Amino acid sequence: MEEELKVIVFKLGSEEYGIEVDKVQTIERMMPITRVPKTFSFVKGVINLRGVVIPVIDLRGRFALPETEYTDQTRIVIVGVEDMQVGFIVDSANDVIDIKRDAIDSPPEVVGGVKARYLRGVAKLEDARLLIMLNLNEVLNKSEIVQLESIEG
Amino acid sequence: MDMNQYLSMFIDESNDHLQSLNENMLQLEGSPEDLGIVQVIFRSAHTLKGMAATMGFEDLASLTHKMENVLDLVRNEKLKMQDFIFDTLFKSLDALETMVQDITEGGEGKADVSSIVASLQAIESGEWTGGTAPVAAVNQSPSTTTPSAVELDEFQYSVLDQSIAEGHRVLYIEVLVSEQSQLKGVRAYMVFDLLERSGEVVKSFPTVQDIEQEKFERSFSLYYITTKEAQELEKGIMSISEIESAKVIQLDQETLQQMTNQVAATAEVEAAPVPAPVVASPEPSSSSQEESKKPAATKAAAPKQAAAPSRTIRVDIERLDVLMNLFSELLIDRSRLEQLASETGNNDLSDTVAHLSRVSTDLQNIVLKLRMVPVDTVFNRFPRMIRDLAKTLDKKIDLVITGAETELDRTVIDEIGDPLVHLLRNAVDHGVESIAERVAAGKPEMGTVNLRAFHSGNHVFIEIEDDGKGIYRDNLLRTAVKRGVVTEEQGAKMSDDEVNQLLFAPGFSTADKISDISGRGVGLDVVKSKITSLGGNVTIHSTPGKGTNFSVQLPLTLSIIAAMLVRLGSEKYAVPLSSIVETAIVQREQVRNIHGNKMITFRESLIPYLSLSEVFGVPDFNDADEQETEIVVIRKGERLAAVAVEEFIGQSEIVLKSMGTYLPAIEGISGATILGDGQVALILDPNAFIK
Repeated sequence: MEEELKVIVFKLGSEEYGIEVDKVQTIERMMPITRVPKTFSFVKGVINLRGVVIPVIDLRGRFALPETEYTDQTRIVIVGVEDMQVGFIVDSANDVIDIKRDAIDSPPEVVGGVKARYLRGVAKLEDARLLIMLNLNEVLNKSEIVQLESIEG
Repeated sequence: MDMNQYLSMFIDESNDHLQSLNENMLQLEGSPEDLGIVQVIFRSAHTLKGMAATMGFEDLASLTHKMENVLDLVRNEKLKMQDFIFDTLFKSLDALETMVQDITEGGEGKADVSSIVASLQAIESGEWTGGTAPVAAVNQSPSTTTPSAVELDEFQYSVLDQSIAEGHRVLYIEVLVSEQSQLKGVRAYMVFDLLERSGEVVKSFPTVQDIEQEKFERSFSLYYITTKEAQELEKGIMSISEIESAKVIQLDQETLQQMTNQVAATAEVEAAPVPAPVVASPEPSSSSQEESKKPAATKAAAPKQAAAPSRTIRVDIERLDVLMNLFSELLIDRSRLEQLASETGNNDLSDTVAHLSRVSTDLQNIVLKLRMVPVDTVFNRFPRMIRDLAKTLDKKIDLVITGAETELDRTVIDEIGDPLVHLLRNAVDHGVESIAERVAAGKPEMGTVNLRAFHSGNHVFIEIEDDGKGIYRDNLLRTAVKRGVVTEEQGAKMSDDEVNQLLFAPGFSTADKISDISGRGVGLDVVKSKITSLGGNVTIHSTPGKGTNFSVQLPLTLSIIAAMLVRLGSEKYAVPLSSIVETAIVQREQVRNIHGNKMITFRESLIPYLSLSEVFGVPDFNDADEQETEIVVIRKGERLAAVAVEEFIGQSEIVLKSMGTYLPAIEGISGATILGDGQVALILDPNAFIK
């Protein structure tokens, strides 16, 4: 069965990542972020998204990639998993594409420095681009953050 | 008729009545001679019985009925309250509570109460001590179809019996007042008035007093001695307006006897010991007429009292939640409007916004109050519980409640009862020593358990403090090591407070003997997790030999609070106004270093000085660089601390917003809010700054 999947495409550095469109609530331009003290370095703070306070994390920081200055292209992708809402700061996000479910291969061990556990797979696109599909549950996994914290600390 | 719609009302009201019964019983125990309290108790029990019967909960009704019988004897001074009676009545109340609980959970309110009923009956018939047994009971039920049975005691029976022997007419009269009647009491009075002109009422059911206060359905019945013809009387009664029917039966010795036997044959044994004689003479006497007229004079006012309507409505808590959320949205828009109005400088707009602000402030107060319930609704059952516990454990304990008027959000109130019960039981069982131990330790026999509630910041604190034996570090640690909660090395390194918190570790019990009061220590960890799930915290402080203090910290869960906005560099924070004592300015040289801690002198005492910029790592402000620093003096209970900030922005109503489930709890931050400019500001948790 040729099952199509709608995916939001965003960039971190030169890599392209994808999140299923039904997990993404909105994509926002950069906005003022209120710093939250005493938390992980990749948590940039909280934003007011139309009356709802949402924590924002820098996805580069989350994947232990070097963080960069924010530009005009920088976007906040608001994702919702179960009752949890989090904003991802990404370098840019400007595409929605359809991919075939069977075009997604299981991920190699390390892709662009991102540990395989955060990935659902890699999709080969028609023009030979590679799209890294994120495993949101793992990216937002808190128990792992706690471990990360203890290593950092 | 579908009773379901009345069920919740029934449950609420039953609980109210049970509560009032409990309270009054406790009061009565303090002053057993006060018949005024007995009256109040009797009325509550009576109402409860009526409601239960109407709703078809027969077990509930019949148990209440038995209680009522005993209370009736007491209020008529035929029985003196004694310990055994108190205990039995308290047990009955517990059984009633269980039944109501069962009904609440969808059951039918059935329970096996045979032993309690037996005790009540024993009290009623005077068999319980072998002491002053009231005279054997005679119960009258003239006919099985009669809705209301008239009980005759032996004395009344003999009066009637004698009257018949002397050739007077003894009549049994049953009167039914019209359904439409608005003044049943008055109609009944007219009947009594008529009858007493030509004879004497020996006994009526309900009692004359109840009839005057309209405490009867539509019918009442009475025994009457007269010289007149039955038919003549019937006509006389029927001539009173709004009397639907009057049944007059002339009794002879045989029928009177029959009625008595009929009742004796039925299983229900109701007792009415020797009463104060109403009137000894079978002849109509003028004095008796006056006597019955006297109370009748007060009757006109009585119906009004009974008809006092309830001025409350019950609202589903979910609707209040929705109202609250909507209001929060409104408040954020209000802040935005205020800001826009001040930016544009249009006077008309500013005026309108100012008015809007005032109205919404009033609205806010009301919305908030709707959800708040005084903790008294939880506390009020504790005196009773402590009394029972103390009795079981043979200890003397005085429960001192303060701050019962402190208000908490309804949802928290609903959940906090069980943990508090557990902590109180713990204090009574493990905290307060036995009388002998107390005397040996040079303490008064009477142990004191303080139950305190008070506001502080965004929290309400409930403290349970006993003056018992306290916690001994070594005992506790030894047990902890034995139970494998900590290792010996870990324990040795722990501070006293840390050791105390071990009590909350799963599977812990310090009592040498396992009692059924506070169990095997399975409870305290449950208490802790329950309180934590409510967003609260519980801590223990103890002085060996002096006592233990359990402090439960609960969130108000108010979603709107008054706060002071402060600025540190580019960051803004909100400090709940309720925990601010005052604001001040201190000079750098006033901040002193004492034992490595920064302190300042405030109102003649030294209080800790906290640098918020340091605690939160504020990037663009540090109070250490300033010559003068603004401080906010905050309070937790009795303790104070000064928090250094850069600038005060002002006071504002803020809406508490959750920061979502992703971020872990951050010490010192209790939540976030959205300011008028759309920015998010974090709300400080002052309690985290004072340890």
